[in-house]
Amino acid sequence: MPANLFPAPVEIFRFLPEIILALGGTLIMVLEALTGDRQPKNALGHVSLAALFAALVAAVAVHGSPGPAFSSMLLVDGFATFFRVVVIAVGILTVFSSYRYLSREGANTGEYYALVLFSVAGQGVMVTANELIMIFIGLEISSIATYVMAGLLRDDARANESALKYFLLGSFATAFLLYGIAFLYGATGTTNLTAIRETVLRADGPSPLLLGLAAALMLVGFGFKISSAPFQMWAPDVYQGAPTPVTAFMSAGPKAAAFAIFLRVFVTIFEPIGDRWEPIIWVFALASMTIGNFAALTQSNVKRMLAYSSIAHAGYVLVALCARSDIGTAAAMFYLAAYALMNVGAFAVVAYICGKGEKYVGIDDLAGLGSRRPAVAAALTIFLCSLIGVPLTGGFFGKFYIFKAALESKLIWLTVLGLLNSAVAAYYYLRMLVVMYMREPGEATENLEPLPAGLRTALFTSAAGVLLLGIFPSRILEFAVQSAKLFGR
Amino acid sequence: MPEGYLPLFLFLIVAMIFPVVALGFAKLLRPSLPSGAKLEAYECGIKAASNARGRYTVRFYIVAILFVIFDVETIFLFPWAVRNQALGWFGVAEIAVFLLILIVGYVWAYRKGAFEWV
Amino acid sequence: MQGVPLSWYLILSAILFALGVAGFLFRRSIITVFMSIELMLNAVNLSFVAFSYQFKQVDGHLFTFFVMVVAAAEAAVGLAIILTVFRNRATLNIDEINSLKY
Repeated sequence: MPANLFPAPVEIFRFLPEIILALGGTLIMVLEALTGDRQPKNALGHVSLAALFAALVAAVAVHGSPGPAFSSMLLVDGFATFFRVVVIAVGILTVFSSYRYLSREGANTGEYYALVLFSVAGQGVMVTANELIMIFIGLEISSIATYVMAGLLRDDARANESALKYFLLGSFATAFLLYGIAFLYGATGTTNLTAIRETVLRADGPSPLLLGLAAALMLVGFGFKISSAPFQMWAPDVYQGAPTPVTAFMSAGPKAAAFAIFLRVFVTIFEPIGDRWEPIIWVFALASMTIGNFAALTQSNVKRMLAYSSIAHAGYVLVALCARSDIGTAAAMFYLAAYALMNVGAFAVVAYICGKGEKYVGIDDLAGLGSRRPAVAAALTIFLCSLIGVPLTGGFFGKFYIFKAALESKLIWLTVLGLLNSAVAAYYYLRMLVVMYMREPGEATENLEPLPAGLRTALFTSAAGVLLLGIFPSRILEFAVQSAKLFGR
Repeated sequence: MPEGYLPLFLFLIVAMIFPVVALGFAKLLRPSLPSGAKLEAYECGIKAASNARGRYTVRFYIVAILFVIFDVETIFLFPWAVRNQALGWFGVAEIAVFLLILIVGYVWAYRKGAFEWV
Repeated sequence: MQGVPLSWYLILSAILFALGVAGFLFRRSIITVFMSIELMLNAVNLSFVAFSYQFKQVDGHLFTFFVMVVAAAEAAVGLAIILTVFRNRATLNIDEINSLKY
């Protein structure tokens, strides 16, 4: 046993963003419990924003001193910093778009903001994890907080149902992931990712049977968490029933974090047996894109449609994973950042339109948004264009890099089928644009309240982010390529 | 079959035979006079108020949920207790942080009125 | 290794896990479905402990502790969610909880 177990200050510094988030969440809970209902309006929300911004600054600052922490349990590298920034940004946008929604539903409580912070903290642990135990704990901190958020509106039967399904399927997935982790531990005798990789690469490496079992079980677990086909069936129900800002959050943050750890595990540990899992991911990617896009075509509910579209987007990212190259990993990182921004933005617009009790969530309820609220309509147009993959938006470059990486890895058929899928997808996104601009205002858009400040910030920040990724993609991509090169090798 | 487990199997067999033999002998020896009072759940006690499979008040769930959490968290105290000497002040500091978090949770639950029997 | 070989533990663990999966897929009561998930987690715990014993390490035991605590937290959240569902619908049959469709 080492004589001095106390972590060095630099190790604590590397964990600072998560410490800030966890302390912030705890502080909000204590503040709310001690003051009862007497806080000024949105005060606890502002505390959570302060914590998130502090964590964002810390995450960027920590990038200056990369390295392992806590006996190599965590590893801060470019990859971790990238995803840390993404998940914290998703948290910030979620809080901004939640204020009005929550007070409208009479649920503007500190618990919600504390849960956002805890969930983001869990995602932070996930993306920095370099140890199977940390992966598991981070995943569960993030998931459990999100289950509660989905069921936040206790008297809403749809939200209950959504929370129940999310919880049951999420726990089911966790059990699979955990069983995979158990076999990985059994195959290699260690739970540290770096050590596992060394063992896997040794000539007298672990038994291929155990390693393959571990990869298969973890694939099922991650498949559920990222809602890829054939494990996608929970996503539409859960996304539709959950409160809209929560849907925005869970379709971006936990998903990006799950993808991050998925990439980390498969690109580093399971890379030597890549020939065996690549065909499976190939099928998953194609199935996700096809099922997601074709099911989205027939939806009349915006939230459900976006849920299917998010399944399709998971498919695109899997194409990048299928490429099994540094450029593929970088493309996946870039795409996830763009996807998080455009998806949160699109859901924020829904949160604005939907009205009390989420009465207006049909695609037809967007009618006349273009004439009544041109600024909101413009923002939604940017998000939809990015979701389609129109040039000058982040979504375009995301898709471009992904398919480029796929072509470089000779995945010609997957690329062709993926591009065809994108064309199908354009149809249902364009339908929303048509309804929004070509149709006369309906009940929903006639009685819209003025755009609240929080939502405005969320909408315009994410729109600006999407455009920024679309017009100046090179710096972000450069960073992603650099981190992907260093990572795990 | 791994040896060393033989006593365990013997024990298992004895455990299975014993009740059969005991109950069988009792059946042969005792007089049989069934009556309604003997079929009560508590033959010599208070009359049962209702069926045990009825629905409980939801308050029990809240108590149970809180119990489960605070009870299971003590699991982390055991490894520390076993290696207390070796871990030294580091262990004390870690456990102090851990307990502090639990206490914050307790205070929160208390202030939220989770322990009140309303 | 003395005594029971590792593979026996793994087979038992796999059977328990499979029973959990079957329960999750085929049972209609939410509480039973939830218990099936707990069964799966405990099957995994058995694997961890067996591997840990095989390697003469404590890592697996440690993992089991974390799994148990997280399972407890999940149980607390899960039961709370199940309670709210029951309050709003007065049923715990999975087939009747299907309001979210097209």
